Amino acid sequence: MKISKDTYQKITIKLKINGEIVETDIHVSDLLLNVLRDKLGLTGAKPGCLNGDCGACTVIMNQKPMKSCLLLAIEAIREEITTIEGLLNSTIQKEFVNHFAFQCGYCTPGFVMVSHALLMNDPNPDKKTVIEWLSSNICRCTGYQEIEKALYSVIKGGNACGLKPKNTVKSNGAKKTDETGRLN
Amino acid sequence: MISFDFEYYRPKSIKEATDLYQNLASRGGKPIYYSGGTEIITLGRLNRVYTDAVIDIKSIPETQTWGFHNNELITGSALPLSIFNEKNYFPLLAETAREIADYTSRIKITIGGNICGQIFYREGILPFLLTDSDVLIAGSKGVKRKPLKEVFDQKLMLEREEFLVQLATKKIYMEMPFLSVKKRQQWKTGYPLLTVASLKKDGFLRFAFSGVCPFPFRSEQMETVLNSRTQPYEERALASFDYLPQPILNDIEGSNEYRLFVLKNTIVDFLKKFEGDENK
Repeated sequence: MKISKDTYQKITIKLKINGEIVETDIHVSDLLLNVLRDKLGLTGAKPGCLNGDCGACTVIMNQKPMKSCLLLAIEAIREEITTIEGLLNSTIQKEFVNHFAFQCGYCTPGFVMVSHALLMNDPNPDKKTVIEWLSSNICRCTGYQEIEKALYSVIKGGNACGLKPKNTVKSNGAKKTDETGRLN
Repeated sequence: MISFDFEYYRPKSIKEATDLYQNLASRGGKPIYYSGGTEIITLGRLNRVYTDAVIDIKSIPETQTWGFHNNELITGSALPLSIFNEKNYFPLLAETAREIADYTSRIKITIGGNICGQIFYREGILPFLLTDSDVLIAGSKGVKRKPLKEVFDQKLMLEREEFLVQLATKKIYMEMPFLSVKKRQQWKTGYPLLTVASLKKDGFLRFAFSGVCPFPFRSEQMETVLNSRTQPYEERALASFDYLPQPILNDIEGSNEYRLFVLKNTIVDFLKKFEGDENK
């Protein structure tokens, strides 16, 4: 017999998102995607396939892209999360606009996040690497050329990361991760 | 969204994990070991997997090992697939792993999760089948080490309370010539049709396959035929099909006839690359 969610009590967790510590009540089985959108009002991460295929829900966790539909919120405790809201006025965002690298825009946050994560890890990636990273995401209404152009324009401009996520609140003693990003 | 809730545990040692499993199971629970969790999350959402407690093994140090020890490469089961290309100690594994899912997903999918999952591709096992690797399995009686070929028959045969901790592969295999190719019906990012991996040891070609049958496998009978150098490549490939396990997959990604057509051509390509052009 299946047990409904109400059988289990909610727990309160702290997450570090876009440099801020936020506290929220969750069920253990809640996905980070749902917590971001439904509990924290961060609706930039989009629900798409909910199967890890489309990348519309991509966030950055410890400088790596992560599909938030494949991550329990409880796994994100003590990790550094950046959402599209944390990239406001970033170089990559501006270049997506300049190159009209979107049409309906639904997949765009995911593409911006994976592009930004790539540049955080490799400010001057070769074409093979660009293709490999961008292939994690799917757009169904425009082409990929403009997205690549936006990314390459940031690379050429030499301002790969453009903007660090805002850090308006100190961590206030929150436990930190080690250099590999694993929990201490 | 997953429609049911569960308890979440993150043990820091093997013993803590196996004790937890026993305690939860003895109370009538249905615990499950959790590593990357991608399959549990996606199948859980579809109500095709159910658990009332997950035991996340990522904080167990042994599951995060990636490096050489006493002339063996130790691969921790909770390593994400992406690490094999970032620190490429095992080129055949790196080449095979980089074709699983997509880059972002490979940061979450773990090698142990891929090997022990329900998905029938499970390509992560192929390099270990080809290299006579051992597996270290944790259970209620501690950790046991077994040759992979003794405990892998279509799937890794684990008892309910057991989990895969590590794989151990002799260092000499890292230097051997290999090929690993994934074939898709459409595009570079489409779902897989099949994967063929091959390793040349002492002049003899070993072969392992994924996506041909509903399970990955290595066939020594097929290898014997594929190494019979008196026959042309295509004849060898077709003759080896007499020893294919059954059934051959027949699904939306490709009919059984199409899979065998692609398999034959892939094997011929491999033989050409390893042994040279037949016309020379």
